[in-house]
Amino acid sequence: MKKKYRGVIAVFAVVSIIYVLPVLAVAVNSFKKNTYVKTETFSLPTEESFAGTDNFVKGMTFGNYPFAKSALYSVLITVLSTALILLFASMAAWYIVRVNNLVCKIFYYLCIFSMVVPFQMIMYTLVSTADKLKLNTPFTIPVIYLGVGAGMAIFLFRGFVQTIPIEIEEAAAIDGCSPVKTFFKVVIPMLSPSLISVGILEIMWVWNDYLLPFLVLDITEYRTIPIHIQYLKGSYGTIDLGATMALILVSIIPVIIIYIICQEKIVGGVAAGAVKG
Amino acid sequence: MKKDNGLTIYQKSVKKWGWLFLGPVMLAFAVGFLWPFLKGLYLSFCDFRLISEAKLSGFDNYVKAFSDESFMHSFLFTALFTVVSMTVINLLAFTVAYFLAKEIRGMKIFRTVFFMPNLIGGIVLGYIWSTIFDGFLSMYETSVLMESKYGFWGLIIMLCWQQVGYMMIIYIAGFKNIDPAVLEAAQIDGANGRQTLLKIMIPNMITTISICLFLALTNGFKLFDQNLALTAGLPISMNADGTSIKTTEMMALNIFNTFYGQSSFGHGVAQAKAVIFFVLVSAIGIIQLKFTDRKKG
Repeated sequence: MKKKYRGVIAVFAVVSIIYVLPVLAVAVNSFKKNTYVKTETFSLPTEESFAGTDNFVKGMTFGNYPFAKSALYSVLITVLSTALILLFASMAAWYIVRVNNLVCKIFYYLCIFSMVVPFQMIMYTLVSTADKLKLNTPFTIPVIYLGVGAGMAIFLFRGFVQTIPIEIEEAAAIDGCSPVKTFFKVVIPMLSPSLISVGILEIMWVWNDYLLPFLVLDITEYRTIPIHIQYLKGSYGTIDLGATMALILVSIIPVIIIYIICQEKIVGGVAAGAVKG
Repeated sequence: MKKDNGLTIYQKSVKKWGWLFLGPVMLAFAVGFLWPFLKGLYLSFCDFRLISEAKLSGFDNYVKAFSDESFMHSFLFTALFTVVSMTVINLLAFTVAYFLAKEIRGMKIFRTVFFMPNLIGGIVLGYIWSTIFDGFLSMYETSVLMESKYGFWGLIIMLCWQQVGYMMIIYIAGFKNIDPAVLEAAQIDGANGRQTLLKIMIPNMITTISICLFLALTNGFKLFDQNLALTAGLPISMNADGTSIKTTEMMALNIFNTFYGQSSFGHGVAQAKAVIFFVLVSAIGIIQLKFTDRKKG
């Protein structure tokens, strides 16, 4: 039985190696001088083409905007937005399941509806609304993310809340817990696996999102990592490919490390999000 | 507990807290989605460059949008791209999952590797692959931006690299959900591997397969970041009448360029295109809903 799969394992091993080659190519090229990235993309750095850490040093200040600042704003926006969405969407989903009156039903259908609407439909008017309400800074843009992302988060949380027996909450209420206390002390702990799954989906979305922050933020002042990298290519006729590769490497390494550490949770969370409904 | 108006005493006590539990999310939802959506719908019937100057113009924008050759081209390009990418991604993901759902050695490592590209965002992904394609094509003195067929297949390869791992995860879950008793019965009846796959596994996985097909369909249709980062719509083909078409521009990018690029159209036309795009995407959603409902019923 085991022997039968030897060929399959060999094929998968080869395909796996091919699969990581693009990331390896970025890593190798980030140590090459600019002109060699294009002409000798697939060879290891030679004595002549080796750039040492020059690309990394240069990349940090490349494009008249410090990369560290972009990274900081990316972290800030991702953390704040994810926290807002997890807190308020789980609260709303619980309320919708427990009360389930007309307001809840209408709002829930609007949430589902919002999941189907492509971003291009709302982007132009969203930008003017965000400007008017001063939601155009990294500290306030999480409110926009809450509005855009609430639909899917509530949809997912609703499914999880439905599996919680109401009797447990009623017991807490009889013991004198107020509904707010019941939610935070009784419901939240039971929801924690789903908080992790939904949290992972939200982090992956906000961290990699390009268009929303690009349109809403004033990009001379605030950039995120995707905006930073797009800006390098977009505005420089002769870009430094070596430095760009170095920046791409710097921005994907933390993601890959986090992935390797908590891959079970990430893969599980993504699968839970995909098979929604 | 006693029931009153259909709600228990406990549910009634919860109901009073609506302002706290629903309030914040409803406010953000109104600002971030509902208002922009309704206003966008209204503006698609207006002639404007600045929102404050919007004047109603009936179906003018829609007529212009449908007669815009670049928009029609982007629709055909998107449709073709979506059909091809959906097919290739699902065939590959299904095949990989078929083997990885078995307890073979190294299965966890393979799964980890195949899923990894999903964590990389569309913009970064585009630059990784544009470097690789250009590194390869420069040996033939050309580039991914030189011919639209390079752009098309480049986008397909890139999207496969990104999404096969994702679909694979869903397919593996589907394979594991098949009742082992059914598989055992097939084995006892002497079904070979191919018969088991075609007669037992695939019919039992119709729900999973349709989820993945529709997921790939909407993903392909709405693609933006990767399109912008890999080709940005290039190369451009010039028409005899002086107009030009970006040959690898998909619908989302076409709408974006009509809004923010050097377009001769007003913003009303761009918004009308966005509404058309929204109708197409929701049509896919409704078909999906009908499709999955019928199977459940």
